[in-house]
Amino acid sequence: MSADVSPHRTAPLGVLVGAVRNIRQAVLPAAAGAYGLRDEFGGIGFIAGFAILALAIGGIGAFLKWWRTTYIVGADAISVESGVVSRSARSVPYERIQDVSLEQPLLARLLGLAQVKFETGAGGADEIALAYLPLAEGERLRELVRDRRDDSAPAPAIDGDPAEPAGQVLFAMPPRRLALFGLFEFSLAAVAVVVGATQQFDFLLPFDLWDREAWQELLGAPAGRVAALGPLAQAAGALAALAVLAVIGVATGIGRTIARDWGFVLERTAKGFRRRRGLFTKSDVVMPAHRVQAVELTTRWLRRRFGWHALKFISLGQDSGSASHVVAPFAQLGEVAPIAAVAGFALPGDETSWQRPARRAFIDGAVLGAVIPLAAAIGLLFSPVPLAAPLPLLAVPLIALRQAYLWRRARHALDERYLYTRRGWLAPRTQVADRVKLQSVEIAQSPLARRGGYAALHLGLAGGTLSLAAVPLDEARRIRAGLLASMAEVDFAKIS
Amino acid sequence: MDDAGPHEIAEADTLTPLHPNHVKLLRVQAAIAALPLTIGALALELTTELPTGVVIAPVLLLAAWLVIRVPLRRHAARGYSLGADRLRVVRGLWFRSDTAVPFGRVQHIDLAQSALERMFDLATITVHTAGTHNASVSLPGLAPADAAAMRETIARHIRRETA
Repeated sequence: MSADVSPHRTAPLGVLVGAVRNIRQAVLPAAAGAYGLRDEFGGIGFIAGFAILALAIGGIGAFLKWWRTTYIVGADAISVESGVVSRSARSVPYERIQDVSLEQPLLARLLGLAQVKFETGAGGADEIALAYLPLAEGERLRELVRDRRDDSAPAPAIDGDPAEPAGQVLFAMPPRRLALFGLFEFSLAAVAVVVGATQQFDFLLPFDLWDREAWQELLGAPAGRVAALGPLAQAAGALAALAVLAVIGVATGIGRTIARDWGFVLERTAKGFRRRRGLFTKSDVVMPAHRVQAVELTTRWLRRRFGWHALKFISLGQDSGSASHVVAPFAQLGEVAPIAAVAGFALPGDETSWQRPARRAFIDGAVLGAVIPLAAAIGLLFSPVPLAAPLPLLAVPLIALRQAYLWRRARHALDERYLYTRRGWLAPRTQVADRVKLQSVEIAQSPLARRGGYAALHLGLAGGTLSLAAVPLDEARRIRAGLLASMAEVDFAKIS
Repeated sequence: MDDAGPHEIAEADTLTPLHPNHVKLLRVQAAIAALPLTIGALALELTTELPTGVVIAPVLLLAAWLVIRVPLRRHAARGYSLGADRLRVVRGLWFRSDTAVPFGRVQHIDLAQSALERMFDLATITVHTAGTHNASVSLPGLAPADAAAMRETIARHIRRETA
């Protein structure tokens, strides 16, 4: 491919998507403002004026942004110039681009556009993104970046068709699995929102929601008879309300899960791991296999009873926030292990020789945790309600129980290739890191840890965190010596 | 604190102490930090009817402890060792930490001299790694020549390994 040094603009249709997004962002504050001022400036004219203003500002903003953004696909770097008032130019060499991700929000997808993000590992605002390009152009850029970057690296395999490398499917979620996953994703937040909303916006209803007489009037005589039935009927009513909330929580969980993970497919392609998912916003991410630094196996307390786990790749150049690289969000251990194996990681098994953490650390944790309720109890003793003093102390056994569970679950192991850790209270979280791919080792001790002869071991991990919270000091030193020896054998340039 | 107790992290004999001027630097920094407190105490002393010395005396004692004693202990708690293939940095009086970075994991190296450091002819070396934790490890209180030599050692190692 020859270098094309003339500056390009992004797709003109992208202005529309940007404008809609701007307007959508303005709607909530505008609505809040209109609501706040509704007494001063009642009337439809005011609201219409507000809406037109929001439309105009959103549209003009999106247009200016499009007009002032240009990009150049150069011989060895991609550069983007942007900024309406203050201009900025950023140029990223191909070797520094870890990955190119394509994202398609609903409207962009309808128009055949995609946001192209060049992930450099800088994270957050330092990444460069082009919104929006035609999907085909985005895919062309992705192939181009990969080809440029892989020129220096050894080719991992022979590509049959460079445009659409066929992959081996490692994991997929059919609709039935997705629905089951959604059931476990029960949303307490949605329930809270509904309860809050009924209290906040009850003025919108034509009657007082909390007034029993109004209800009786509305429902007529039968309600009167129900009320006459007494506490039994009231309990039934409460149960019905709980059932409605449960349905809302389950429905939200399923809906959100389906929107996020519809058509989830994880493939092993010549270029790495490719994950596609999403119903309205389709996402398509490729993770080069050699950049996977560690794998993480998580679960929750209820789904753990049924053997469901999630597998996540911690990799260099990870994108920020919730768009993490989950490669199997809801799978049985038997399905997860082969995926980890393809990435070059072994999950801990029966032969793993687990080591226990320092017990003293968890006792110290319980003692420290008891300080706050104890202080609260003493404070209450001298308050107008001294009888309430024992109440905060009820938290103490809970704190102790939590520490006991944390201690029971926590463990670590070190074999020739991997460092394994497991921790968690209600549900364990297991991390497996490649010894060679760690960046630094720190032994840290608090005053309590020094008294107790234990230490925390913090490992530098690209794209994530990994630490052993409490290890006997001698063992911490031994682990560090072992890790440093295997790290020193291989230079960073050969592992990244 | 039992600085050489059996539960200490570092085997003290292998560590190189920082430059003696580092104590002076820490003292100036402590004095700057203690200044607002002292001025406040002085103002309180002059404006209120409390008996003479009730506020200013303990504050001055505290300031003297912070400026004279604490920097000595902080200096003694710090140290580093430059091995054949790794840099080890030890620090912390209460919260001890002992960080080791293999040269092969260093992304780039910064040498810095603040205005205060220049006054005492000191420099800080910072090595950056790709890890989220310990993304940058700083070692202050070095003679500029030592710091520059250290940077050369690490850079040479990286060049040799990547070549």
